[in-house]
Amino acid sequence: MSKFEQTKKEIFLNGLKNGIPIAVGYFAVAFSLGITARSCGFNAFQGFLASMTSYASAGQYIGFTLYAAGSTLLQLVIMMLITNARYLLMGIALNQKVREGTPIGPRILIGMTITDEIFGVTISKPGYVNPYFNVGVWSIALIFWSLGTALGIAVGNILPLRAVSAMSVALYGMFLASIIPPVRKDKAIGIVIAFSFAFSYLFTVLPGVSELSSGNRTILLAVVISAAAALIAPRKNEEPEIAMEGGGE
Amino acid sequence: MNGINVYVWIIVMALATGATRILPLTLIRKPIENKFIQSFLYYVPYVTLAVMTFPAIMDATQVPAAGALALVAGIAAAWFGAGLFGTAATCCLIVLIAELLLI
Repeated sequence: MSKFEQTKKEIFLNGLKNGIPIAVGYFAVAFSLGITARSCGFNAFQGFLASMTSYASAGQYIGFTLYAAGSTLLQLVIMMLITNARYLLMGIALNQKVREGTPIGPRILIGMTITDEIFGVTISKPGYVNPYFNVGVWSIALIFWSLGTALGIAVGNILPLRAVSAMSVALYGMFLASIIPPVRKDKAIGIVIAFSFAFSYLFTVLPGVSELSSGNRTILLAVVISAAAALIAPRKNEEPEIAMEGGGE
Repeated sequence: MNGINVYVWIIVMALATGATRILPLTLIRKPIENKFIQSFLYYVPYVTLAVMTFPAIMDATQVPAAGALALVAGIAAAWFGAGLFGTAATCCLIVLIAELLLI
């Protein structure tokens, strides 16, 4: 333990500072999520609580709409596991950056702080993951996320229709910001996204499948398309770009 | 609407979500060797978010065309590195402008 080592408090505060841009983005997106939550029958307190405990953009969106559709708890659990399967993957990746012999407490803390953006910040920072840094980023992001949701529910309906309409696409913008940049490194992802868009549209118009609830359609599409992609373009560990070679472009 | 208590719903949602965050760092710490499962997990996030975005983005706006424009603009913004806030803001702005012109 050298004298150059930062104290836990300094690391936490550094995390808070690094979390500010994430928190600002979350606030706007959460507002848009709040508009959805309201239409699904959640009041501001319930939305705040859901955001404080789940803090998962896509997951909460699905969770709210499933509730409104009268789904069962089993459907909810299955959908949460699929929608949030990316967190499993991020946790597996973070394992490589956790110092050997780290006790279970800090490990749980690191896991709890996983969101798309916090994972991005964590994985791109050199060296071992420091739980205090992550908790710093997470604290401020979580508060803004939850307040944004509550505010969206509370005042979403007094805003002019034009503003609500514009705000309501913020969530989709956030989804795009997660899935599009990796296409630069792995074309297979781009092809998979294009197929996902196409089949997602087809499933809303084709007889039979279009009668499924949107939650069930998402489960079906997520499993089938991901499995097909895994068979056709299996991931090569080191260089994902190579995955599409010989695939014929 | 749903007969299930909303607070039960919120708790189950949080527990299922939390499990996906905590399990890999605690219980399942061995790297996944199976190539198919590895690849499957690799693609799932992209497929899920893509499926949720389109065509839903066209139902979120007053005019479907505004949503479609927001999708195209959002893809471009994300591609050129606008980031979370920049991409979300671009989509909102495009819808605002498109609907001012179309309605």
